[in-house]
Amino acid sequence: MAVLTEEQTMLRDMARDWASNESPVTAWRKIRDANTATGYDPAAYATMAEMGWTGVIIPEAHGGSDFGWLSLGLVIEELGKTMAASPIAASAVAASAILLGGNDAQKDAYLPRIASGELVATLAVDEGPRHDPSVITAKVEDGKLSGTKAFVAEGDSAGLFVVAATDGLYLVAAGEGVSVDRRHLVDFRSHAQMTFDGAPADKLASGGADLLEAVLDRAAVLAAAEMLGMAGQAFDTTLAYLKQRVQFGQVLATFQALQHRMANLFSDIELMRSAVEAGLSAIDRGGDTRQAASLAKAKANEVGHLMSRELIQLHGGIGMTDEYDAGFYLKRMRVLEQLWGNTAFHRERFARLSGF
Amino acid sequence: MATLAEPETGADSLEAFRAEVREWLAANFPASLKGKDNSMSAVEGPTQEAPEQAAWRKAMGEKGWGVPTWPAEYGGGGLSRAQAKVLQEEMARAGAWNPIGGMGVMMFGPTLLEYGNEAQKREHIPAIAKGEVRWCQGYSEPNAGSDLANLQTFAEDKGDHYLVNGQKTWTSGGQWAHKCFAIVRTDKTQKQGGITFLLIDMDSPGVEVKPIQMISGMSPFCETFFTNVKVPKENRVGEEGQGWTIGKRLLQHERTNLSGGGSAFRVSGPSLADIAKKYVGADDQGRVADPDLRARIAKFEMDWRAFLLTAMRVQAESKAVGGVSEVSSILKTVGTKLGQERAELMIEIQGLQGLGWEGEGFTPQEIQGVRAWLFGKATTIYGGSTEIQNNVIAKRILGMLDHQ
Ligand SMILES: Cc1cc2nc3c(=O)[nH]c(=O)nc-3n(C[C@H](O)[C@H](O)[C@H](O)COP(=O)(O)OP(=O)(O)OC[C@H]3O[C@@H](n4cnc5c(N)ncnc54)[C@H](O)[C@@H]3O)c2cc1C
Repeated sequence: MAVLTEEQTMLRDMARDWASNESPVTAWRKIRDANTATGYDPAAYATMAEMGWTGVIIPEAHGGSDFGWLSLGLVIEELGKTMAASPIAASAVAASAILLGGNDAQKDAYLPRIASGELVATLAVDEGPRHDPSVITAKVEDGKLSGTKAFVAEGDSAGLFVVAATDGLYLVAAGEGVSVDRRHLVDFRSHAQMTFDGAPADKLASGGADLLEAVLDRAAVLAAAEMLGMAGQAFDTTLAYLKQRVQFGQVLATFQALQHRMANLFSDIELMRSAVEAGLSAIDRGGDTRQAASLAKAKANEVGHLMSRELIQLHGGIGMTDEYDAGFYLKRMRVLEQLWGNTAFHRERFARLSGF
Repeated sequence: MATLAEPETGADSLEAFRAEVREWLAANFPASLKGKDNSMSAVEGPTQEAPEQAAWRKAMGEKGWGVPTWPAEYGGGGLSRAQAKVLQEEMARAGAWNPIGGMGVMMFGPTLLEYGNEAQKREHIPAIAKGEVRWCQGYSEPNAGSDLANLQTFAEDKGDHYLVNGQKTWTSGGQWAHKCFAIVRTDKTQKQGGITFLLIDMDSPGVEVKPIQMISGMSPFCETFFTNVKVPKENRVGEEGQGWTIGKRLLQHERTNLSGGGSAFRVSGPSLADIAKKYVGADDQGRVADPDLRARIAKFEMDWRAFLLTAMRVQAESKAVGGVSEVSSILKTVGTKLGQERAELMIEIQGLQGLGWEGEGFTPQEIQGVRAWLFGKATTIYGGSTEIQNNVIAKRILGMLDHQ
């Protein structure tokens, strides 16, 4: 665990308490069963906003607390542990695009509303089912944006879209020229196919060509933070189960084959944690975040993938039942693994950035 | 129905047999069913059978070719292995598939043929061969999973019948099954020696099934409760207390079927590489565009080929020594692992398109792929989990000792 400031420790503990007391996995199960397109409980999101979590990376001048990305990562991790669904990550990433690339008018118009939780914002980049920011065809002509974006996270509830077009990032408000089609994935969260047809678009003019990459790094690292929470929880749950389940007259935890499996997973998750925290800290430091972000996401993908499989396997038959929570973690983990770059994507990027 | 004469395996007669099969398939396999085999049907349960599907099942059932190597006197095909292979080849050529399967075919039938008495064989085998009766497996209990011999469901001797009380769990297809082959306790003083193998009618009074939903969204397995269920003594297979031996033999059949010879690992349709080219694209030389993915597909295909070669070697060795090859014990662990790797690769190839649950924007194949990916996580758990198989390999084959 990174060395935390007092403020960060308080924030993390608050998130932990809230998630375990007010938003345990049973709360997610209710949302899952309700099967709504938006995939979260608006009342819970309002509470998160009241606690200030929607403004963690937003400067005080715009209504946030300016606690930074490591702090936000701690909150996202805690929420990931109990599958507490919300558009916090998507909104924060969209806000970061405005912070890095917006002018004062744009910042004034949107950041306070995002910070207060009143407005859900999200990033719309990929046009196919695999993350590939090199293929963008959405176009802006005369201030009107046209194009299609696939699987936009929180697209079903967002009021503001940060859209990647051929010549930069644009702000598009929900409404005129914007249509939303739900895509129902295994994780039961919001993923929408967005069609923009002459939608009024307002360009984020600063930041230049690197703006999109900087924003995507933030998206990747936050996804990794959620995966860290989920993997950690999957590990803890498995460990507790092995210590309690009896077969052959012994608790499973006494079997050396399982002890070593768990010891390896423990090591893996520690590496994952270091990589994720380093990614978050790199963003807080500013400057080049690319390598740290790719490391965080690749490691999170690998370890999250393995841990979610071991979660099921080591529980045996009960892990296969919907009544048990393990499946939620497996399903969400695969979606996060695909979002903002799978392992191959980030390995390739890491190699390129490292000059080999 | 003409029963086949003593199976002949000479090359000439095999070719004659091939011609016979070809002709019969042409006459009996409805062309509209070509390639329509649903590998998930065993999991999803009986669906509304289209008339041509029912006709196909009936034709195969009467011919005995759904269970080609079972004795003809009990309704099997009576074919030699070589003939069965010809039948399989010709079916594949015609796009035909075997409509008769399930636990009765895979595990119970072969076990009953070995351990059942004449009356039991006459009663049960033909119905399985015709695909008319569905069986479920009453083995696991809440506290008897990997440690199966710890089962507590008790059968009390009441003279001409047993009175069965207890609970089974993860009973696949319990809600659709007509009958259950179960292992139950008849003696509380010994562990394995106190187990007896019983055949239980699922519509007997006192049998209650509660379907359990799985992570794949399907509910193919159940909790099964027995409350004062009367089971006639003639439904006991083997002697009282012999159930563990019989039950274990059945598990051998289960493992063999789950490990490559069986349909669980039949991979049909386009290759992973072709699918990848479709979803990820190809470079100007026609290769999968993503080199990392391409390397991993190559690794999978090589592993898969090595696995199939091993399965073939096991078969050849077993035939040569007239017993089971030691190597067969790795087939289930390796085969199931590879099956899962393939499903994971499929998901990755398709990106988020490969994670659809339902609704607009996904093809039926994509959705089915997702369900199969999730269901496939069970293959390393049931039929002897990978960990338990590895324990067996370490102790029985490698001679490694128990932790003291
Ligand atoms: C889809 C599905 C269908 C099934 N269908 C049927 C059915 O039709 N009929 C039926 O009777 N049963 C069925 N089963 C049950 C299945 O056989 C059991 O799930 C299996 O035996 C494992 O038992 P368990 O679930 O109690 O896990 P546990 O025995 O509790 O095992 C939990 C974990 O610990 C590991 N483990 C256990 N003991 C050891 C050890 N000594 N050393 C190392 N690792 C160990 C296991 O491998 C597993 O990973 C089904 C299961 C599934 C998932």
